[in-house]
Amino acid sequence: MLYVQAVINGLLVGGVYSLMALGLSLIFGVMRVINFAHGDMMVWGMYLSYWLFVRLGVDPYVSILVTGAVVFLLGAVVQQGLVNRILEAPHEMQILLMLGVALTLENLALVIWGPDPRRVNTAYALRTYWLGPIVLDLPRVATFVLALALALALYLFLKRTDLGRMIRAASDNRVGALLVGTDILKVFALAFGIGAACVGAAGSLMSPFLPFSPSTGIFFTVTSFNIVIIGGMGSLLGAFVGGLLVGVSESLGAVILVPSLKELFSFVLLILILLFRPQGLLGGSR
Amino acid sequence: MKRRVVLGIAVAAALAVLPFRVPSNWQNLLISTFYYAYLGQAWNILGGYAGQLSLGHAAFFAIGAYTSAVLAIHLGISPWLGMVAGALLAALLSLGIGYLGFRFGLRGFYFILLTLAVAEICRLVALHLPILGGYTGLFINFTPDPWQFQFQGKIPYYFIALGFLGVASGIAWLIQRSKLGTYLVAIREDEDASEALGVDTFRYKMVAYAVSAALTAPGGTFYAYFQFYLQPNTVLNINHSVDIMIRPIVGGSGTILGPVLGSLLLELLGEFSRTYFAAGVAGLNVVIYGILLIVVVLFLPRGVYPTLTHLMRRPAAGRRP
Amino acid sequence: MSLLRVAGLSKSFGGLRAVQRVSFDLAEGEILGLIGPNGAGKTTLFHLISGFLQPDEGSVRYAGESLAGLRPHQICQRGMVRTFQIARPFLHLTVLENVVVGALRRVAHRREAVRIAEEVLGLTGLQEKAGSLGQRLTLPDRKRLELARALATRPRLLLLDELMAGLTPTETERLIDLIRAIHGRGVTILLIEHVMRAVMALSQRVLVLNYGQLIAQGRPEQVVRDPKVIEAYLGQDSAGAEADASG
Repeated sequence: MLYVQAVINGLLVGGVYSLMALGLSLIFGVMRVINFAHGDMMVWGMYLSYWLFVRLGVDPYVSILVTGAVVFLLGAVVQQGLVNRILEAPHEMQILLMLGVALTLENLALVIWGPDPRRVNTAYALRTYWLGPIVLDLPRVATFVLALALALALYLFLKRTDLGRMIRAASDNRVGALLVGTDILKVFALAFGIGAACVGAAGSLMSPFLPFSPSTGIFFTVTSFNIVIIGGMGSLLGAFVGGLLVGVSESLGAVILVPSLKELFSFVLLILILLFRPQGLLGGSR
Repeated sequence: MKRRVVLGIAVAAALAVLPFRVPSNWQNLLISTFYYAYLGQAWNILGGYAGQLSLGHAAFFAIGAYTSAVLAIHLGISPWLGMVAGALLAALLSLGIGYLGFRFGLRGFYFILLTLAVAEICRLVALHLPILGGYTGLFINFTPDPWQFQFQGKIPYYFIALGFLGVASGIAWLIQRSKLGTYLVAIREDEDASEALGVDTFRYKMVAYAVSAALTAPGGTFYAYFQFYLQPNTVLNINHSVDIMIRPIVGGSGTILGPVLGSLLLELLGEFSRTYFAAGVAGLNVVIYGILLIVVVLFLPRGVYPTLTHLMRRPAAGRRP
Repeated sequence: MSLLRVAGLSKSFGGLRAVQRVSFDLAEGEILGLIGPNGAGKTTLFHLISGFLQPDEGSVRYAGESLAGLRPHQICQRGMVRTFQIARPFLHLTVLENVVVGALRRVAHRREAVRIAEEVLGLTGLQEKAGSLGQRLTLPDRKRLELARALATRPRLLLLDELMAGLTPTETERLIDLIRAIHGRGVTILLIEHVMRAVMALSQRVLVLNYGQLIAQGRPEQVVRDPKVIEAYLGQDSAGAEADASG
């Protein structure tokens, strides 16, 4: 029964992981850039959410709109100002650049807010529902539902709108998209922005039940990489499914092993994934 | 040629006299510069020459630190010998990682992730091992005994750090002029083309990794017997790996002077920010590193030293008819 | 005895059969041309022979020894060197350094390697450019460098992949002369080419590949008139192929 509970919890958290990974996958799919600063952008979303909650009493589920927008801007600015200049550069340079961004973001957060862990303690944080013998706590359920909603919104945007189609075209065939007159740099900025917005929103969604500090960033980054590599670099469906999978396995891992070794589990998983399935379970273009 | 020898002697003489003439914080700065330049040279062999970026060198550093400390504390073995043991263990770990990484064809981004993951695993394991001090960390008793790698005052550390740097630079220089060095650079430039020309890329990458790791470990020993305290979250975290690699990258990876120049620049930058901004603001240093990394990638991709030499060559080229 | 014996070589990628049961012999001292429309599997065949890909079926024997499971550098050690379809100089190294890498295959010290490299640069006409960086070279010079680097390893068998692509007729002529000179020194050559002028001028025999299968073998003049070959090219750029073939 403990295991079923763990699986349920894992699924609920997995929703946010999926959202996080969708953002990363979108960025990679369109620009072939690996966003090393992904987790740190999420942490900024979390800090923003916290600040809005503590200063203005804004519920984190509402502040998604703000965090999403702000991190979108952050992503777009990073793209326009920095990433654009190194699109043709060797991969190592791109990674170092994004690493620089990650370091800057993480330590700026450290300078501003200090190293102590924060958490958004909403009034309803302890509200639980019973589904037979399974406990469901409200924050996790709300997070899951909203994460799913956002993922669906993203999917519809990419499939049904013109902008979305442009983005998909650019990711499938950059030269082709250029030939039909796509303003490719705008598409890139948009894609990076949306990818960042996903992760900023994910931050808001996570903040009610996960304590965070500046150093949490790297953990989210690695988890995102884990998911995206499992699901297939550039595959959005893979990112979605992978997020749920990783959420569940992490949760189970915490139950089977000592909880403090949860991080250890992610890294071991990462190594195994790197060695055995860098193309991902759902294929993908790498 | 004669001019270089004279210059070399002058620099050596200056370095020999310097520690006796400068105040304590300058001594610290110099020791730091040599120490990080040393680590940079070690990293450079894999990262600069062979072109395999490692974000996990903190692991080798830690092996050097902890091995010598534990051997000294529990078995009374001199850290000078412990240093050698540390280097061997570090080389072993690198061969293990290298075997996994290179056999499974991990390159670029995937290799970086592998090194990062291994270092993080080491950190988490170290936090849970009582023999390494766990969360509280490992304290080393200070007994000024040269045989125990402990000295009174800063000056001996200055010369040891300088000596380390000299040895590492010498090794890098020898490698650069050898077949190994040429092959490593070829691998960095184009691994497949090198294979086609008869270069056993797997073997040479392994050699570079092992040398790099073995050379990094003594830096850890030095640190252990300079700070007298080891904690996994300081010694094994990703920021420390970044510390190690940022100097050669900024200064010029793939050159001998790069790590030295990079180290000097960063030390001066750090000193500057310490004096003019709030002293002891945790993280500010690293913000600067992050920004610096961005600036270097965008404007000086080969690093400061190669860019400088390139600029200095240009006026001469202009004189040709 | 043939230097290279390829038997029943096959390779598929997913559903795509890139190379299907290709067999041929190459005698020592020969120049063999390999032609075929785009996508016929020529470069894949090179990858299979030189160890960059492992075949699904079939075998490659070089100087009597099976090459199964050998890595490219081991095959190079045995005297078979290949160039790449898109020239890949070591961009940040000088032309001399580029060739030194090749020369180090047979000597242990840089000093000797430099000597060999200088000699090879002389042979290939690149002495003037010895100090230039790889990234600064023009296309014809990059091709030359590709050749020089391979030559420095003192190959017994040279696999050239579309060396003439993108060159003007004059540059093509020069390279043809160079390849003849190299052949004259005893090197066996297998070359993939689209430029018919080069194929006709250099090859003693020609193999034609289409959709991964060997559809014709023989003297260049014969092969080019073979109706199967013409049809294969008709599906692609027929006018061009025929015009090249007859001139």
